[in-house]
Amino acid sequence: MAEVKLVSLKKSFGDVGALKEIDIDVKDKEFFILLGPTGAGKTTTLRLIAGLDKPDKGDIFLDNLRVNDFPPAVRDVAFVFQYYTLYPHYTVKQNLEFPLKSNLRKTPRDIIDKKIDEVSKILHIEHLLDRPTVNLSGGEMQRVAIGRAIVRTPKVFLMDEPLSNLDAKLREEMRAELARLHLDLGETFFYVTHDQTEAMTMGDRIGVLNEGKLLQVGTPDEIYNKPANTFVAKFVGSPMINLLDSEIEGEKLVIGKRDRAMECTLNDYQCKLVGNAKSKSVVLGIRPEDIIVSKEKQQLNSFEASVYFKQSMGVEDILNLKVTDELIFKAVTPPKFMANVGDKVFANFKMDRSHIFDLESGNRLELKKEN
Amino acid sequence: MAEIVLENIYKRFGSMTAVNNLNLEIKNTEFVVLLGPSGCGKTTTLRMISGLELPDEGKILLDGEDVTFKRASQRDIAFVFQLYALYPQMTAFGNMSFPLRAQGYSKEKINEEVNNAAELLKIKHILNKKPRELAGGDMQRVALGRALVRRPKVFLLDEPIGTLDAKFREEMRTELKKLHVDIGATTVYVTHDQTEAMSMGDRVVVMNKGILQQVDTPQDIYHSPKNLFVAKFIGSPGMNFVTCIPFRNGEGKVSLKVLAVDAVVAIPEKLQKILIDKNKIDKEMILGIRPEDISIEFKETQNYLKSEIFVIETLGSYNIIDLKLGNEIIRVRTLPTVVPDISSTAFIGFDMDRASLFDKETENSIM
Repeated sequence: MAEVKLVSLKKSFGDVGALKEIDIDVKDKEFFILLGPTGAGKTTTLRLIAGLDKPDKGDIFLDNLRVNDFPPAVRDVAFVFQYYTLYPHYTVKQNLEFPLKSNLRKTPRDIIDKKIDEVSKILHIEHLLDRPTVNLSGGEMQRVAIGRAIVRTPKVFLMDEPLSNLDAKLREEMRAELARLHLDLGETFFYVTHDQTEAMTMGDRIGVLNEGKLLQVGTPDEIYNKPANTFVAKFVGSPMINLLDSEIEGEKLVIGKRDRAMECTLNDYQCKLVGNAKSKSVVLGIRPEDIIVSKEKQQLNSFEASVYFKQSMGVEDILNLKVTDELIFKAVTPPKFMANVGDKVFANFKMDRSHIFDLESGNRLELKKEN
Repeated sequence: MAEIVLENIYKRFGSMTAVNNLNLEIKNTEFVVLLGPSGCGKTTTLRMISGLELPDEGKILLDGEDVTFKRASQRDIAFVFQLYALYPQMTAFGNMSFPLRAQGYSKEKINEEVNNAAELLKIKHILNKKPRELAGGDMQRVALGRALVRRPKVFLLDEPIGTLDAKFREEMRTELKKLHVDIGATTVYVTHDQTEAMSMGDRVVVMNKGILQQVDTPQDIYHSPKNLFVAKFIGSPGMNFVTCIPFRNGEGKVSLKVLAVDAVVAIPEKLQKILIDKNKIDKEMILGIRPEDISIEFKETQNYLKSEIFVIETLGSYNIIDLKLGNEIIRVRTLPTVVPDISSTAFIGFDMDRASLFDKETENSIM
């Protein structure tokens, strides 16, 4: 059992990394990911949970126990850092044993051996146990660092960008391994990253943090398909969502104020949404994969554009389409579509998959719940 | 106009050969990316093009002129490392005009050039601000502007966006590419990030240990890697590799025995012919197959291999399903709606028309 509950947690020091009253409820056995850009307050949150810093305000509960005044050592959390902090001249085994031999635990020898045996099997490092850590590769070192956290059987694993120092290939492998490790261990993970791919692929739920404010908490599916505001919409997903300033005109969205370059017809639900909108100025959010490119004009919401430039990603091409000098957006096509720079094409907006945000606040338009 | 030709270039540091007999032609207005892991020789190559480093052997031609032993300042080339390095005490205008002032241009000329660059980069409104007042993206744009005002023949960029957050890197990739399309200056860009290389380069030059591995368009590098190194380096998630042995079955046809699960898969005739012609029957080969070229079924299917669901990675617009094929992990790209149970059984089939085969010993593609 390990729940983490943060209530109105606040911490200020300068501007960067400050935290403005956030509430997070992490369930037992959950893989929770706090996602945000540099300086959002992610690491600050982790350090508060671990007890390395004191909050200005608010409470931290571990399993319903308020731990604000507990020193780090008795909070029973394990920290895995971005930079593996191993003892270089110890062997892998000695590094793994270290937390168990501390005065706080004084674990008997046979239990230590049993634990190390288990953990090294889970992490596939049995063959490395007698090696000094200086000779290990980056991925192996990070496995040992995680192993050292596991042997302690803490209530919660706190992880601060543990993959960001690994090269791209290794990061890909470790992502899957960590996700699986979480399933196999059945423990609570609280993981911090700026990489939306890590968040989407590993998290049970994601909290998006920016400038000390928690903008949305949800499953990867919710965050991707129902972003609460333009920041979340933009931060999650690659290639990035297109955000196009628009004006509501009856049951249409007009994009491009002066030249009325595009007029999008809304579906029934969206008509209701814009009917209740406070302001006529909105932002249409549409992901590049929800714009279908064709050579012929289609019936609805089909707009002429020219191919400005192309980004070949191998598995797909990203076309940067230009309607006017100010109106450029991205669409994804399969490589076999074969568009060339300068070609005239049609961009077909799947409006059912689009999002509408208020221009000023950036918040998603929602219908008020009817009572 | 700027065309760069490198002929038989060698550069050694002590006993280490940093660049080993490099031949490369960069066309006018082309965006060429030098891609490889650290120590592959990509930065050394860039420094030799700029004149900051001299080759031990070989020739460098800039628009046909031999510049091998010319100083950096005589080559009319702008070198940008990290885009961030701005002078903090100067405004954006001051930073951008710096190279022109250093060259003694008139005030009118400086104003005109800076304004043109600012227009292109859409930063006219921030010209009076100092770097600390600017958002990260605008700082990058000012740094780019500073390189632009010189109107150099060639832009040389060395991992300019490597230290930024992932999201911001994505924005800058598009912006740099757009800028290149707009001004059309020859650009040589160094990176270890394959996504940057693919998304910006007209052509990609893959290097490893000082040796050029392949030069091609992003599409060709992706679909027809020349060797195992290139195949591993390009693509995210990366290509899957399966060790196998081609053999003749009872009917005389060539099939592949997949060692990880001791199973046999049939292959198209074209592939059979290549294996026979190249004399690869009964020799260990490595089959390379991209995640999008594998299909997944949940019942036994002919020519599919039994495997177990290890992890599901959701990415919004698609899923990556990691499966265990014997002890190997295989990644399959699927629609976001495919969400099988962890540890359940699945069957995977390879689209052999899109597969690559590599010789296990030489690591070269036989395709």
